[in-house]
Amino acid sequence: MAVIRHTTLVLVLTLIAGLSWAGGIEVREFDDPVLEQRYKSLTASLRCPLCENQAIDDSDAPISGDMREQVYVMLQDGRADIEILDHMTTRFGDYVLYNPRLEGRTLLLWGLPGTLVVLGGVLVVVIVRRRRNASAQALSAEERARLDELINRERTP
Amino acid sequence: MNRRLLLLLPLLIFLVLGVFLYRGLSLDPFHRDSALLAREFPNFDMVTLEDPERRVDPSLFQGEVTLVNVWGEWCPACKQEMPQLLDLADRGVRLVGVNYRDTRDKGLGFLEEFGNPFEVNIFDPDGTLGFDLGVYGAPETFLVDRDGVIRYHHTGYIDPSDVRDHILPEVEKWQ
Repeated sequence: MAVIRHTTLVLVLTLIAGLSWAGGIEVREFDDPVLEQRYKSLTASLRCPLCENQAIDDSDAPISGDMREQVYVMLQDGRADIEILDHMTTRFGDYVLYNPRLEGRTLLLWGLPGTLVVLGGVLVVVIVRRRRNASAQALSAEERARLDELINRERTP
Repeated sequence: MNRRLLLLLPLLIFLVLGVFLYRGLSLDPFHRDSALLAREFPNFDMVTLEDPERRVDPSLFQGEVTLVNVWGEWCPACKQEMPQLLDLADRGVRLVGVNYRDTRDKGLGFLEEFGNPFEVNIFDPDGTLGFDLGVYGAPETFLVDRDGVIRYHHTGYIDPSDVRDHILPEVEKWQ
């Protein structure tokens, strides 16, 4: 009985916690589904400056609320995505971009994975070629005799 | 011989990674430079906390090095750093406050209780100036030079050693 009461309490608390969490992030109405989609992708790609690793669409920090509001207002204003991102980075720095821009100092960041894949590919090709060459070489008479012996031994136990 | 050396490659990579990661251990993830450094103080036209009739704009910062402190009554660290700010004002540093996301009554009550080192306070109840300054939590402090350009930024609580080691030298530097 006590267990059931306990479980109920936990359930109720969980629900309340869920409700108050949902209260942290507002729901916005859009007439235009394209704007709504842009709003969703922008708020998912902007990082909350306060909470280290949370997108602003997922954070109930006051600053995230302000940033969502700003994104919303600018979208309604007919601004382009790039303008909105610029608006944020001039204030909060490149830190707020989950997708860093391709520029001089991010070249290593963007280039390294591709470079490594290409290097890996070259390495695989080189190794495979070398092995193929090695196996293609003819066996010496001595090796052939030994090979035959081994095969015959297997066949006639 | 060449192959032997190749075997050392993983160790080498491990060592390089180790150096970077070890350095990362002692870095403060909260520390990052303000995007506004070496840029002009953002434009604003707002009323003051003390007098709802008085309007102020960035001409407030012309001709004098100013320390701009963003604070709110709701912010515990702001209360703790007040003695340091009062000390700075005593040393002749000009301070301007930004009363951030606050009500007039609470803001004025705060100054009455904890002292007022500010020459004037810009009243920013909606956080719009704070937003343009890239403020994401109070307290934050900016040093503005005599031409109205932001020269130094401090995020969070200012302790007495910050005053001695960072803020006073910066004020001196731009004087």
